[in-house]
Amino acid sequence: MNAEVELRKVSKLTKILETVGIELALLALIIISGVMEPKFIRSSNVINVLRQVSVTGVIAVGMTLVIINNGIDLSVCGIVGLSGMVAIILQPQGTLFAVACALAVGAVSGVINGFCISQGLAPFIMTMAMDTVLRGLAYLTSNGQPVAGVTDAYKFLGAGYMGSFMLDGKVIGLPTPVVIFILVSLLAHVMLSRTPFGRHIYSVGGNAEAARLSGISIKKTKMIVFAISGFLAALSSIMLTARMAACDPTLGTGYNVDAIAAAVIGGTSMSGGEGKIYKTVIGAMIITIMSNILNMVNVNPYVQQVVKGLIIFVTVYADNWKKTH
Amino acid sequence: MANTAPVLEFKNINKSFSGVSVLKDVSFQVRRGEIHALIGENGAGKSTLMKILSGAHTKDSGDVFIDDERVEIQNPSHARELGVSIIYQELSLIPQLNAEENVFLGSLPTRNGFVDWKTVEKEAKRVFALVNLNINTKVPVRELSAAKRQLIEVARSLLHNAKIIIMDEPTSSLTNNEVGALFASIRHMKEQGITVLYISHKLEELFTICDTITVLKDGVITGQRSVKDVTKQDLIRMMVGRDLQNYYLSRQPKIGDVALECKHLNNGRQVRDVSFSVRKGEIVGFAGLVGAGRTETMRSIFYADKLESGEIWVDGKQVHIDAPLSAIKHGIAFATEDRKTQGLVLCLPIAHNTTLASLWTIAGKHGLLDSKKETALTKDYIEKLTLRTTGPDQKVMYLSGGNQQKVVIAKWLNSGAKIYIFDEPTRGIDVGAKADIYQLMSKLADDGAAIIMISSELPEVLGVSDRIIVMHEGRIMGEVTKEEATEELVMTYAFGGS
Repeated sequence: MNAEVELRKVSKLTKILETVGIELALLALIIISGVMEPKFIRSSNVINVLRQVSVTGVIAVGMTLVIINNGIDLSVCGIVGLSGMVAIILQPQGTLFAVACALAVGAVSGVINGFCISQGLAPFIMTMAMDTVLRGLAYLTSNGQPVAGVTDAYKFLGAGYMGSFMLDGKVIGLPTPVVIFILVSLLAHVMLSRTPFGRHIYSVGGNAEAARLSGISIKKTKMIVFAISGFLAALSSIMLTARMAACDPTLGTGYNVDAIAAAVIGGTSMSGGEGKIYKTVIGAMIITIMSNILNMVNVNPYVQQVVKGLIIFVTVYADNWKKTH
Repeated sequence: MANTAPVLEFKNINKSFSGVSVLKDVSFQVRRGEIHALIGENGAGKSTLMKILSGAHTKDSGDVFIDDERVEIQNPSHARELGVSIIYQELSLIPQLNAEENVFLGSLPTRNGFVDWKTVEKEAKRVFALVNLNINTKVPVRELSAAKRQLIEVARSLLHNAKIIIMDEPTSSLTNNEVGALFASIRHMKEQGITVLYISHKLEELFTICDTITVLKDGVITGQRSVKDVTKQDLIRMMVGRDLQNYYLSRQPKIGDVALECKHLNNGRQVRDVSFSVRKGEIVGFAGLVGAGRTETMRSIFYADKLESGEIWVDGKQVHIDAPLSAIKHGIAFATEDRKTQGLVLCLPIAHNTTLASLWTIAGKHGLLDSKKETALTKDYIEKLTLRTTGPDQKVMYLSGGNQQKVVIAKWLNSGAKIYIFDEPTRGIDVGAKADIYQLMSKLADDGAAIIMISSELPEVLGVSDRIIVMHEGRIMGEVTKEEATEELVMTYAFGGS
């Protein structure tokens, strides 16, 4: 009997760790960083971190939907590259038109991904092929050259500020990308947790056959999910190119790794059916803060990459251990 | 050629699983070089006995003798050392490798660290000759027929000097021509002094291939006969004819109008010109052997598989069903055979599974879901179906089989269905939960639902159904009313008529 009580205590502790472990990790990271380097909590750095999180975070939100749906989207890199080029090249045709075309590039690529995957192609291969095609197209738009020059309205999407608030006794504005990221996260969270379509994403990801026999269309679900992922990758590209006022055809290389890492660190199950948007947001923050603080204390950037890889490894290992014990 | 000395003997074998006795004092002998059939209903204990022989299970008590020597079979590899090999229905060959490589899988002979292909070729030739198999040994086995793949598997066991080969339903996936070739090979093996234990549901083929038949019923041997002095009717009588257990409810069905009528359904070899109807308030049992086409018929109605041809009528009107969703919209519910792979999303909580097929029942404002309503209605089902759980948020993967089945039922109840198809609703669940599910089905029928129940357990079909339809090889062989139903009659139809 006593052993059972013991066991229950232990399982209660592991349960707490399971539910808020990632939040505690973020908190610990922030505290350690603040102690290690006081400049870390300066307003300029905080804004800087938030700005960086927004760009990768928007992609990670879409990636989370895809992974919950039991897929993977490697084509986000290519989408960032091509939609960025399209947006900058079309600047003379007007901001709205350029933005709409860029977003359409992302959404259409996603729909094609989703359609082919619902026909039985492996998500890994399909999106890898799509990524390669899109990257090639990005080079073709300018024959491999970077392009520059944007309208003021477009620049606002990446470099502008919205609202204002007090930090460190100074009045500062919230960068537009941060506002966009917050809105995207909130919308995705509500959609995933409160709408019928959100349920479809979970159930198709958890057991596609059971979902199908319960009247849910696998094809429709996959197409929409990949379309959202593509759309959000394009949105991220707009924020990025607007801030730089330029685009290079290589833009976005390696972004899929950061997005997948954020989702996985946030506890999204690679076998589908499990995951939460706000946990992915925390995962994205952990990755960004980690490289930010390592930068500030002058750690070799190559070491940073090793650290990032190790963090992904450790989270996945812990998750696997939890499942097998 | 058949020598009279027993190559294998079972003496007073007993085995029980969590208190349920599966084998009771099983004793019989198998002579060297004979083809010996082991038959019985689903759940009679055949597979358990064979698993004991092949080392997958250990017996509780009793003795096994191989070549007059008492053996304690520890595990599958020990069984193989003793010369016992089991050929499973799902083959364990690697499709991309060729026949020779498959035969030597895990035991390739080497010379100086390299594969000794000469020996491989010579030895493979020897074992393929034993099973009378003539094939191109250099092509990947996936290009060979199912029958040939099966023989390659047999050849592999002969490589390791197997003297007793267990074949479990070897013809279930073969065409008639292939069956002929397989039988020729089995006879050839017999001539080489190899003993075959043959498990099959197809009584006709036993008369073609076997020498001796042993019948198991509820874990007890009910007889051993030479094929020469036995008839199909004798065998059926030995396999069935037990007292019906009493947990089935006696009910007075209030039969109403026709709820579902199917006309001339066709789908490949599994569903051939199937026509039947089910009335409101009625429980119709579908009996038949495994593979008789019962599940396939129901899947075609629900559009889980595409229906080739045929008409479906609901409440007197012809309906066009082109997706599971439209079947659901017409009030049809389909609780599938395998709840884990087809019925439930295991990683989601009970509440989400309950509303999986009927999210419209918890629609709230602005297109959002009303989770309070969802929790409330799930709690309702938990109480009504006496589901044992910590609450609506518990993931269904942590529930027992019986409780998982209740979640499946809750899912369909919540969809507001009027026609329920239950495919093996009590498979793998305990007696208490079984009784609950029978009660539920009868209550549903009393409330005016039409119910179809597929079951491979005869007592269950007889105990629960108001009417029984028996299928055999994709066709309806016969229809039996509750009054005239006996296990013998149903089994006779299930085996294709007399």
